[in-house]
Amino acid sequence: MAVKVIIPTPLRAYADKQASVEVQAKTVAEALLALTSKHTELKKHLYSDDGRLRSFVNVYVNDEDIRYLQKDQTSVREGDTISIVPSIAGGASDGLRD
Amino acid sequence: MSGAALKIHDQLMRRIHAHGVETYPHECCGALFGRDGEDSREVLDLLPLANRRDDSPRNRFEVTPDDVRLAEKTASEKRIELIGWYHSHPDAPARPSEYDREHAWPWYSYIIVSVQKGEPRDTTSWRLHDDRAAYDPEAIEITARSAGI
Repeated sequence: MAVKVIIPTPLRAYADKQASVEVQAKTVAEALLALTSKHTELKKHLYSDDGRLRSFVNVYVNDEDIRYLQKDQTSVREGDTISIVPSIAGGASDGLRD
Repeated sequence: MSGAALKIHDQLMRRIHAHGVETYPHECCGALFGRDGEDSREVLDLLPLANRRDDSPRNRFEVTPDDVRLAEKTASEKRIELIGWYHSHPDAPARPSEYDREHAWPWYSYIIVSVQKGEPRDTTSWRLHDDRAAYDPEAIEITARSAGI
């Protein structure tokens, strides 16, 4: 099934400057695999070294966060839109302080 | 130092400093809107956001994906781009920490303002390397007049 994956601005340089990429997939996992196989430079920004999606990478199917669906096993249908949405984090130093 | 300087109007920089003072001793954060060109990048507006890190707000900040989507929508309505983020380091230097690097995205400009004892001090800007290994400092050029939006 053809689904559209929206690439966030900071990652477009690694996807031939495209704002979206169409891939064939039945699940979110398949779609992201197809995307990173096509544009291999995206992999290090989306996945950590252990192969998991980075904690600050969020994925939506249409308007639903996949964390509240079946995570990367969430099914996708023809015409669905998958959005990769950053969360932004940082801070002054290591260790937590109240 | 990465290529072109990040231009920002003096009044916008003052707003970032004021936000850092307002939230001290907690970190402030917000979105930077502007234009990105081949040879220049300019901040033209800001969107102050709430720091969503309740457990350690003195040395952590977080912008949730919902707030990122709000920032993207706001940029789209203003017909400008979301080009980066700012945050404060209360009583700490205006240098990215290892925690900053681990959570950073490429391409965005990250402005950091050091707020020492409630007073804004050094302000720097940084961009992550393509390989995620380190940051490059990005020169800041304070302008008296911006191109406007």
